[in-house]
Amino acid sequence: MVSPVLHMSISNLRRHWLSNVRGDLLAGLVVALALIPEAIAFSIIAGVDPKVGLYASFSIAVIIAFAGGRPGMISAATGAMALVMVLLVKEHGLQYLLAATVLTGVLQIVAGLLRLGSLMRFVSHSVITGFVNALAILIFMAQLPELTNVSWVVYAMTAAGLAIIYGFPYITRAVPSPLVTIVVLTGVSLALGLDIRTVGDMGQLPDSLPVFLLPDVPLKWETLRVIAPYSVTLAIVGLLESMMTASIVDELTDTPSNKNRECMGQGVANIATGFIGGMAGCAMIGQSVINVKSGGRGRLSTLVAGLFLLILVVFLGDWVAKIPMAALVAVMMMVSIGTFSWDSVRKLREHPPSSSIVMIATVVVTVSTHDLAKGVFVGVLLSGIFFAHKVGRVLRVDRTLSDDGRTRTYGVVGQVFFASAETLIGAFDFKEVIDRVVIDVGRAHFWDITAVSALDKVVLKFKREGAQVEVIGLNEASATMVDRFAVHDKPGAVEQLMH
Amino acid sequence: MNKILACIDTRGNTDAVIDWATWAAVRLECPLEFLHVLERHPEVAAVTDFSGAIGVDAQESLLKELSGQDEQRSVAMREAGRELLSHARSRAAAAGAQHLDARLRHGDFIDTAIELQGEADLFVLGEHHHASAQDRIRSEHHLERVIRGVSSSVLVATAETFEAPQRVVVAFDGSPGARKALARLAQHPLVSGLPVLVAMVAPDTTLARQQLKEAQDALQAAGVAAETELVAGEPQQVLPELVKRQAPTLLIMGAFGHSRLRQLLVGSTTTTLLRVSDVPVLILR
Repeated sequence: MVSPVLHMSISNLRRHWLSNVRGDLLAGLVVALALIPEAIAFSIIAGVDPKVGLYASFSIAVIIAFAGGRPGMISAATGAMALVMVLLVKEHGLQYLLAATVLTGVLQIVAGLLRLGSLMRFVSHSVITGFVNALAILIFMAQLPELTNVSWVVYAMTAAGLAIIYGFPYITRAVPSPLVTIVVLTGVSLALGLDIRTVGDMGQLPDSLPVFLLPDVPLKWETLRVIAPYSVTLAIVGLLESMMTASIVDELTDTPSNKNRECMGQGVANIATGFIGGMAGCAMIGQSVINVKSGGRGRLSTLVAGLFLLILVVFLGDWVAKIPMAALVAVMMMVSIGTFSWDSVRKLREHPPSSSIVMIATVVVTVSTHDLAKGVFVGVLLSGIFFAHKVGRVLRVDRTLSDDGRTRTYGVVGQVFFASAETLIGAFDFKEVIDRVVIDVGRAHFWDITAVSALDKVVLKFKREGAQVEVIGLNEASATMVDRFAVHDKPGAVEQLMH
Repeated sequence: MNKILACIDTRGNTDAVIDWATWAAVRLECPLEFLHVLERHPEVAAVTDFSGAIGVDAQESLLKELSGQDEQRSVAMREAGRELLSHARSRAAAAGAQHLDARLRHGDFIDTAIELQGEADLFVLGEHHHASAQDRIRSEHHLERVIRGVSSSVLVATAETFEAPQRVVVAFDGSPGARKALARLAQHPLVSGLPVLVAMVAPDTTLARQQLKEAQDALQAAGVAAETELVAGEPQQVLPELVKRQAPTLLIMGAFGHSRLRQLLVGSTTTTLLRVSDVPVLILR
């Protein structure tokens, strides 16, 4: 006899872990090979030793495989997070980063418990596109220091690297071309004894398995005051990119995901990562696309990617140190090119100007502040304003005069709120000499206090002109003002609203 | 009886399922609908690109490629599904079924069956003894979940070919609930008029004999021709042998009583039984 609970978990295991074993194993290997250069590159962006990013990528990937809400999505150390922590590392050092990483995780778990994942619906498509483009630009820009004030050899190596990455798939698609690039360029560099910068020059690589350790920071309020602002930004940026990536994977694979579980999973992963000396991370758009493209669908792919990454790095550490930075730059340029939405640039003119402005504003703010949270905030704010402006135009005031010419009837139809209140007031003719004014708002919707006070203003103005004012249909109009639309839960409510 | 829902696919003994469903529809004089579910498996990837390189518009082109593959597969599955359903309808019509209908749905088979359970009083399903290993695992999983998940009766056609039953065998456990249910199921329009063999798997004791005798008397009093048989051993081992000797027949497993625990027990004996034998089984609710 099999108990129902056990039965459920067996069927879960089958669905999430064992439904696509071959595809997940192979995709996990491809992803692990691509994760190594990225983790190293993002550590360099953040200003820490490569081992901090490599440990983080291992631990985040492995924990998310179990705790995440989106099977098949890859999470690890990311550029978006690395950019946020630059100043913290520079001013206070690695230990404060580890403490901030733990706090980030705590905040993300709280966000998951509060079900803040659903807030993502306020982030419009244009903002997401702006986020992705800004991320690609920032990753690209982070490679520029490696390409300034260097010999022509580095340029030649980088160009050769890109040529291999995009050319090799035409020969065979059975081997990851970024791996071929790294192996070939490292081989050439060693064979010719080239004097160029290598990964080993950038800091310490892992020489052992990670161990548990508490961040070495004083347990004082002062510490919290230092790390809290960074942790809040890290938590927001991490969740934003994770939710966006989850939606992308949802769409690519045509399967649903559990966004709140993903929030909490990201939190658990970051807490654990802080305690083993890794930097905060989140989901990665580029890597997740590579995973799906390589046939990864289940949780197994994420787990394999994390485990394989650690095995490779710990046992091949001496070889990893010899990889020329030019090879890494080439791989990161590929990630940047693959992440950027080129389509959005082509469609800039086709899309409505307001959408394009939102997208560009998100990119500009993010690139100039190096803070994706600020970029998204501006983007969301702008989309809200544009939307209010558009809906505010859905307002019409009809006027009819009685046969005796003494009574004027105004019929207000449409949406009245802060963005359209001025328009409403402007639609009345106070100069007209009239005995009686009837304002019928039965077919209008008053969404906020501004709408009501605009009507009050109109009534007062007419009264001052000596007219007798009657407002009809106010109850229907202001039903929309109540924050909890009890009426609107009933059948036919939407029809009533749209009359 | 409002409707019979016969679930067919291309993997198993489709014709036997169609024939059993038709037999039931003719006996019950009720409408028969064939259901075929187009299952997509997005959790399984069919990719051979391990290049790991992402270029210009990587996301868009990947989405286009994946959805294109899905589209092609879906169209092929839809056409095959239509063909299967029209074959089922014509076969059932030739065998004399009256009100025939067919339904093609997207989604998960188990979810669909559970969703539609309110519409059907009887589900007819097939077994896949000769299917490939993976299909077998999937179909056994389906059977088990449907038997547990729906509150309607379920008829499982296990053999490759259909043979109209000449008598029914009822698995009996001697409990008071079982005794009450026994009389009711012998009168059930699906099996009424057929002689009943009341089979009990228990050690040979006077109590067991007495319980069997009482059951037989009750059935005979209700006008049903009834015999009894008492065997010792493991139900899933001795029952199939017993039933085979009575062929052509139909084994009725009652969901006697309504406690979850008992249903679970009955369900698991039933599914083990289905796994090891060719006996057509009716789970009557």
